[in-house]
Amino acid sequence: MPRLNINGRDVDIAVEDDTPLLWAIREQVGLTGTKYGCGVAACGACTVHVDGVATRACAVPVSAIAPGQKIVTIEGLSPDGSHPVQKAWAALDVPQCGYCQAGMIMAAAALLAAKPKPTEDEIHAEMTNICRCGTYNRVRAAINLAAEGGEPRRG
Amino acid sequence: MTMTAAHMRSTVSRRGFLAASAATAGAFSLGFHIPFAQAQGADVPEINAWVVIKPDETVVIRIARSEMGQGTLTGLAQLVAEELECDWSKVTTEYPTPGQNLARQRVWRNFSTGGSRGIRESHDYVRRGGAAAREMLIRAAAEDWKVAPGECRAASGTITHGASGRSTTYGKVAAAAAKLEPPAEVALKDPKDWKIAGKPVQRLDTADKLTGKQVYGVDLKLPGMLNAAIKACPVFGGKVKSFDAAAVQSMPGVKKVVPVGDNAVAVVADTWWRAKVALDALPIVWDEGAHAKASSADTAAMLKEGLTAEQAFVANQTGDVKAALAGAAKRIEAVYGYPHQNHATMEPMNATAKWTADRCEVWTPTQNGESALAATAEASGLPAAKCEVYKIHLGGGFGRRGMTDWIRQVVAIAKEMPGTPVKLIWSREEDMTQGKYHPVTQCRLVGGLDASGNLTGLHMRISGQSILAGVLPQNLQNGRDPVTFQGLNPPGPEASLGYTVPNLLIDHAMRNPHVPPGFWRGVNLNQNAIYLECFMDELAHATGQDPLAFRRKLMVNSPKHLAVLNAAAERAGWDKPAPAGVHRGLAQIMGFGSYVAAVAEVSVSPKGQLKIHRIVAATDPGHAVNPQQIAAQVEGSFVYGLSAALYGECTVKDGRIEQENFDTYQVLRMDEMPKVETVLVPSGGFWGGVGEPTIAVAAPAVLNAIFAATGKRIRTLPLKHHDLSKA
Repeated sequence: MPRLNINGRDVDIAVEDDTPLLWAIREQVGLTGTKYGCGVAACGACTVHVDGVATRACAVPVSAIAPGQKIVTIEGLSPDGSHPVQKAWAALDVPQCGYCQAGMIMAAAALLAAKPKPTEDEIHAEMTNICRCGTYNRVRAAINLAAEGGEPRRG
Repeated sequence: MTMTAAHMRSTVSRRGFLAASAATAGAFSLGFHIPFAQAQGADVPEINAWVVIKPDETVVIRIARSEMGQGTLTGLAQLVAEELECDWSKVTTEYPTPGQNLARQRVWRNFSTGGSRGIRESHDYVRRGGAAAREMLIRAAAEDWKVAPGECRAASGTITHGASGRSTTYGKVAAAAAKLEPPAEVALKDPKDWKIAGKPVQRLDTADKLTGKQVYGVDLKLPGMLNAAIKACPVFGGKVKSFDAAAVQSMPGVKKVVPVGDNAVAVVADTWWRAKVALDALPIVWDEGAHAKASSADTAAMLKEGLTAEQAFVANQTGDVKAALAGAAKRIEAVYGYPHQNHATMEPMNATAKWTADRCEVWTPTQNGESALAATAEASGLPAAKCEVYKIHLGGGFGRRGMTDWIRQVVAIAKEMPGTPVKLIWSREEDMTQGKYHPVTQCRLVGGLDASGNLTGLHMRISGQSILAGVLPQNLQNGRDPVTFQGLNPPGPEASLGYTVPNLLIDHAMRNPHVPPGFWRGVNLNQNAIYLECFMDELAHATGQDPLAFRRKLMVNSPKHLAVLNAAAERAGWDKPAPAGVHRGLAQIMGFGSYVAAVAEVSVSPKGQLKIHRIVAATDPGHAVNPQQIAAQVEGSFVYGLSAALYGECTVKDGRIEQENFDTYQVLRMDEMPKVETVLVPSGGFWGGVGEPTIAVAAPAVLNAIFAATGKRIRTLPLKHHDLSKA
């Protein structure tokens, strides 16, 4: 039975080994903030952090997660929506429908943890998530706002 | 209003009647008091259908339309709050259910959320709801103080009596106000006096979207719930011939394999992932039906024939276009085409249903709660009064969620498992291949110009698919689909052509392929704006005229169209040279009640690499309810419109859609997103939508700029098929 460390908590889950991490998180752990969008790692709606690295959970089987690897989902990014990325998102009223936003926020948080002052090209290279409502310009502005906040941040 | 107040009073309790009674004469029907189980207890006073005020001063504003990202929840709440004179920081919202609307004789009227209609069709009665509630709250305070209501004022949720210096709050008088008769008449504020509406307030629904707390349809959890995955015949019109349930029955988690209608099979399991794994392993034999060999080439040939067919539906006709074209000094002709598109909402279609012999409940993201309820009733075999639909925030809609196909499916599945809630989620592949696609059309345009370069005759022949014929055939007018002509209509308040051409003919040869059509954000304005505005550009260039000056000459009778075009051109600096290597194109159109125009600035590298540097987009929606959300809609419109222009295309091979996921159905991503400057020029006096019209000018403005940059005229989309490099 795989054991996952999610948001600081060890959880034993009863699934087949090839079950995508996304569905283990959603259906076994019961955290539904991480979204299904495509199942082929094309859209980024399922982005979580695995040891701090932005990872598209729909294309990673739970068997690929090594014991001790730490997974963080949108629910674990901050206890109360106070992560600098979440605050910047709130300040600029970024989401429209909001479905892709958990993935966007997780990707942005990982980017800023690695590169606290990203260039536009670095933002574009990392932020390949799809948003159909079209929030891209506010997402970019919010990443810059969070970066201007100056503090190094951890996913 | 079907019952008199006196009749109602005699048939229901005074408390029940008064609490639920109508706010203004003629504006509301009367109904019975129904406690809101989800959010409000029966003891919380409902001032009227739109406004509930709790003792702790929380103001609950009821929103009938669906929130799918477009901001209508916040905008409609602003309109109610403006008239209510409440404290905006105390405002929350809730959806009444379609079942409650039915039981209360449609007190909330239309739930349909499409065609950019949320605000423009309900602004009057929701504002009257807020105003009536304000009057009742003031009257409750005045009666308590034994003063005339006219001596009292309300502001920010506080009522004051100036002469005596007394004051109270909405929360304190709400219970008394709920027992009062609604006023017969209320006056609405002049928009110039607005304090909440018209302001760029922040959305009310953001916080939970940042933390994972927002529950979408796919996230719903009910006790004992099972999960279903479904596969319908990939060839439209095909059926299930057979399937081998025994082959997957013993797979992990599988509970049941059920046929759904005559064209689909679902697997029900403990988790959705296990249902999907079993479904993928399930042997299904299809009867692919009459369209098993259909292809996009077949459709293109059928549409091409329509371009010159004798018979066509006429939409807009002036003068004698045949004679004008025959006698023109110069004649320009071009054929354009626009492909099928998928809505591709980020959240795939889904719904949860619980069926028993006596009741059927559905939880689903829908753009139209009322049609969802009707579909639930029909599929469940129960009367609507024994059904209910609970609307959930939509993970994108764009028109797709105005349909009910997945709701009928989930009810059919739930009927096979009485008493057990079942959640159906479509895979992305199912969502891509079982869409209701943007209609496919072609257009042949012929323009006649005199020796001075004036447009004397224009014939636009549209050939192709009708949305109404596929979705609402009962709305066809003697076979004609009026929606086909969006943006091309004669002068009037909706989707009118902004050009006066002395000899004009716009007609439509309806040609319907087997791919089911749907309303797709922007609807027919999308391709009509490309046809019209790119051809206008062709005419201008063919006669050596500036595209803006050429248009202006034809727009003297369309001052609102012209003003918006001028606003975009001025902000973009059309009369000044663009930066080195950058080229401009423009477009304008009117639709969904609003006037829009855009100027695009692009560059194209020698190797043909397109970069869109800047978009200036002007909008006149009449009244602007939330400028920052209008800006968000305009920016988003370019993502949607440019995704279609650059990449969007659903092609048909062997009767089925070829693009099954985002790896083959590419959309715009952040690195390609241009800067967008939104120029809002609300001229007042009318109410237009903002969620859709701007999409239509995205593609033609960019295509015209590409012509300016390369001399290449792109007449078919998507752009990815065209080589923009220097030959």
